[in-house]
Amino acid sequence: SCHSCELKGGIGAKPLGSRGRDGGFQVVTFKWAHVQDPYVIALWILVASLAKIGFHLSHKVTSVVPESALLIVLGLVLGGIVWAADHIASFTLTPTVFFFYLLPPIVLDAGYFMPNRLFFGNLGTILLYAVVGTVWNAATTGLSLYGVFLSGLMGDLQIGLLDFLLFGSLIAAVDPVAVLAVFEEVHVNEVLFIIVFGESLLNDAVTVVLYNVFESFVALGGDNVTGVDCVKGIVSFFVVSLGGTLVGVVFAFLLSLVTRFTKHVRIIEPGFVFIISYLSYLTSEMLSLSAILAITFCGICCQKYVKANISEQSATTVRYTMKMLASSAETIIFMFLGISAVNPFIWTWNTAFVLLTLVFISVYRAIGVVLQTWLLNRYRMVQLEPIDQVVLSYGGLRGAVAFALVVLLDGDKVKEKNLFVSTTIIVVFFTVIFQGLTIKPLVQWLKVKRSEHREPRLNEKLHGRAFDHILSAIEDISGQIGHNYLRDKWSHFDRKFLSRVLMRRSAQKSRDRILNVFHELNLKDAISYVAEGERRGSLAFIRSPSTDNVVNVDFTPRSSTVEASVSYLLRENVSAVCLDMQSLEQRRRSIRDAEDMVTHHTLQQYLYKPRQEEGENVRRWYKHLYSRHELTPTEDEKQDREIFHRTMRKRLESFKSTKLGLNQNKKAAKMYKRERAQKRRNSSIPNGKLPMESPAQNFTIKEKDLELSDTEEPPNYDEEMSGGIEFLASVTKDTASDSPAGIDNPVFSPDEALDRSLLARLPPWLSPGEMVVPSQRARTQIPYSPGTFRRLMPFRLSSKSVDSFLQADGPEERPPAALPESTHM
Amino acid sequence: MGAAHSASEEVRELEGKTGFSSDQIEQLHRRFKQLSGDQPTIRKENFNNVPDLELNPIRSKIVRAFFDNRNLRKGPSGLADEINFEDFLTIMSYFRPIDTTMDEEQVELSRKEKLRFLFHMYDSDSDGRITLEEYRNVVEELLSGNPHIEKESARSIADGAMMEAASVCMGQMEPDQVYEGITFEDFLKIWQGIDIETKMHVRFLNMETMALCH
Repeated sequence: SCHSCELKGGIGAKPLGSRGRDGGFQVVTFKWAHVQDPYVIALWILVASLAKIGFHLSHKVTSVVPESALLIVLGLVLGGIVWAADHIASFTLTPTVFFFYLLPPIVLDAGYFMPNRLFFGNLGTILLYAVVGTVWNAATTGLSLYGVFLSGLMGDLQIGLLDFLLFGSLIAAVDPVAVLAVFEEVHVNEVLFIIVFGESLLNDAVTVVLYNVFESFVALGGDNVTGVDCVKGIVSFFVVSLGGTLVGVVFAFLLSLVTRFTKHVRIIEPGFVFIISYLSYLTSEMLSLSAILAITFCGICCQKYVKANISEQSATTVRYTMKMLASSAETIIFMFLGISAVNPFIWTWNTAFVLLTLVFISVYRAIGVVLQTWLLNRYRMVQLEPIDQVVLSYGGLRGAVAFALVVLLDGDKVKEKNLFVSTTIIVVFFTVIFQGLTIKPLVQWLKVKRSEHREPRLNEKLHGRAFDHILSAIEDISGQIGHNYLRDKWSHFDRKFLSRVLMRRSAQKSRDRILNVFHELNLKDAISYVAEGERRGSLAFIRSPSTDNVVNVDFTPRSSTVEASVSYLLRENVSAVCLDMQSLEQRRRSIRDAEDMVTHHTLQQYLYKPRQEEGENVRRWYKHLYSRHELTPTEDEKQDREIFHRTMRKRLESFKSTKLGLNQNKKAAKMYKRERAQKRRNSSIPNGKLPMESPAQNFTIKEKDLELSDTEEPPNYDEEMSGGIEFLASVTKDTASDSPAGIDNPVFSPDEALDRSLLARLPPWLSPGEMVVPSQRARTQIPYSPGTFRRLMPFRLSSKSVDSFLQADGPEERPPAALPESTHM
Repeated sequence: MGAAHSASEEVRELEGKTGFSSDQIEQLHRRFKQLSGDQPTIRKENFNNVPDLELNPIRSKIVRAFFDNRNLRKGPSGLADEINFEDFLTIMSYFRPIDTTMDEEQVELSRKEKLRFLFHMYDSDSDGRITLEEYRNVVEELLSGNPHIEKESARSIADGAMMEAASVCMGQMEPDQVYEGITFEDFLKIWQGIDIETKMHVRFLNMETMALCH
């Protein structure tokens, strides 16, 4: 609050800047006037942001009082101070600032992150509430107020029916900013949220039209309004709403198309998203169409293509910038709503008018919701229960849009403008503060189904996909055109035409929801996994216990990664993951995928031993191996193993996620030859010592292989798969065909410690017909003891080659006789 | 006249069995005749006449489900060669939205039935388990719509999903434990807490609600 005092002082001292003239050249001049405007703006933003920090110092306060309410109160306090300082309401929320600078980021954010499926799935409901509901609210509120006015309860006002309707139309609309601010903290279930939120976005067209129509009617004067004008009004509704949507869609198309070609200008890539969406807003404003609809639909339509086209760094930038802008704008809006209210010149009090407005908007909102829901429930598959209806009614918050609109009114034509302004302020404050405060307890008390944040699960996604197809098939078969039918056709159209035009070729390939989940899970997993290491307080356990081992060569791929000691890598990961998980992509990609290879095999080995196998036999074999160093599983170990399983599982999901590899086609092809050559070399080297002899090379190969592995068919481990991976983990083909004796790949020598007879007992699940064939190395190296697991897991994050850790792990657990030398023939 | 009477009797009977309204039954009957070419039964080939089905990546599985005895009569495994209208309705009724009048138990039961339908589709050798192989097969088909996803990716996704299923159903596994496949109980576990209200329902032309309006 001190800022504003100083601020006022500063403004008072304006002439300071001109002082320099008389004293000749001044080394330092004070030019407040020069910087005043941007300075004041920046200060206000700073104050608002600081206030936000302040609020969150006390978790108790913010968990009860919504931030928007706190900001309004803060605004009132600041406004009071400013007023006390110089008795001019110098800072108010002007409609220009609001509509041009504060609102667009919020709406764009809403559109760009709109859960499309949910939105379109409930589009009918949303539209009904947005259109019919808003008209209903406007008409009933306006008419009822007029009725009361006629009864004389409000006293003497210079006001006509049209003024009331105008007021009704601007106060009717549920406000997106207020709804977002409050509902984001309430966490009602997603259907409920999308309905209220969608309504608040889409009702803009109705509000704009009603507002414009009635404003012009008021200007014309009640007597001059003809039927033609009314018809025009209705027509204009369709023009405004459909036109706005169209503008949005066109710009979304443009935006998607542009981002397709930004490959070489990555750094400004995110800018396009903002600029083009903003242009859609301005364009439709220019054409007097619904700007909110335009930018909403721009965001909704472009999101899929843009997200696919831009690099992950850019996507992160877009996400954060958008959130930051929206959140700042919201903060400023609410604060300025508070500040704007401190201005005695706009206050005109009329108890009846104010109170009745409050009563009417609440009551008619509720009635409207009940009526519409009654209608909707006959068509909706998921019924809106009475409890939902209560939340829907109660969530009808009014906000800054109404305020900006009412301030925009022409005082000459609307005689009671000040009364409208005061009432609007009261209504906004009441809904945001009172309803905002009470909605959380209400939701809890009513036991409204809350949204639960759940980890995306692969099974869920797969089954969901299956259901989608089944439903559309059922609709096809039963010959109906339903929701699923339409969705199916649309996605087909999208895949066939739109995506081809709007997406990069590489993106087209890797774009699939399931793959995305796959990818996300993997990234998340990597984080949690690193965090686990951190939690345990020591990263040392990640290091190989036997770095001096012969085989454990530090494969340093590039000189730049020399410092890539394990802990360094991890530290960097941890700090990077929050904002940009891709920063280490280059470095990690190779490691991760190589690990996945092994993971894949390990897991298959342990969990998916096909049931055709003579389970008994094999199981005993493993038991045997495991009991060799029987470690009674301590609590810690159990946990380790659990983490291991979880990690492995999720890791596995990323196993050659197409996202990583598919765009590497060409590269992979190029590398192909080199690899073949390499392979020949490899096979000419008779034992497993290769990595030691040409460490760097080996590592590079592995990296290539990974890229290749996405395009080729790693689990088959064709002969073509060469170099690192084969070396690492795949002798499957050979062993498969040669089993039971099996192990005669020159690169892979059997571990003598596990005598051949033991290996010979492996067979059934290695037989050619079997899909699950673990690598030889996995067989021979991993199952020493649970302890091996423990280290195996963390170690996979290291920059060391997988190969090396597998081998490096061995010696510690094994009896001396089984030292890695034995891996050489 | 007599024929008409018995027809309406029949419709009433079907109403009771499948829960469809008479309007819906009539509508579906028309469709059935269209598909079968006015024959009393439908064979697999008849489904080729549905052009939109062509694009469906798992069409063969879906069509198969129509002939699956497990779905039709809760009977043993095996495929019927042809199905009559009642069978057709039985399959369709798996997709009826949950009735608002149902109590919790019935809702749970209907949910189970729906999931069983999906389970049967996955479990192609009807041994009560979705094995890795079967799962891979399904996923491959599911993703076959996207030409850019290779079989191998699909496979590893299936592997990952199976792994996930294993961890959901078995919890922590001993290293030498074998997860043999998803049983129906496991399947229910996987679905625990997931709403299928919107996922497994088709609105059959609103006939019911229309009838209410009159």
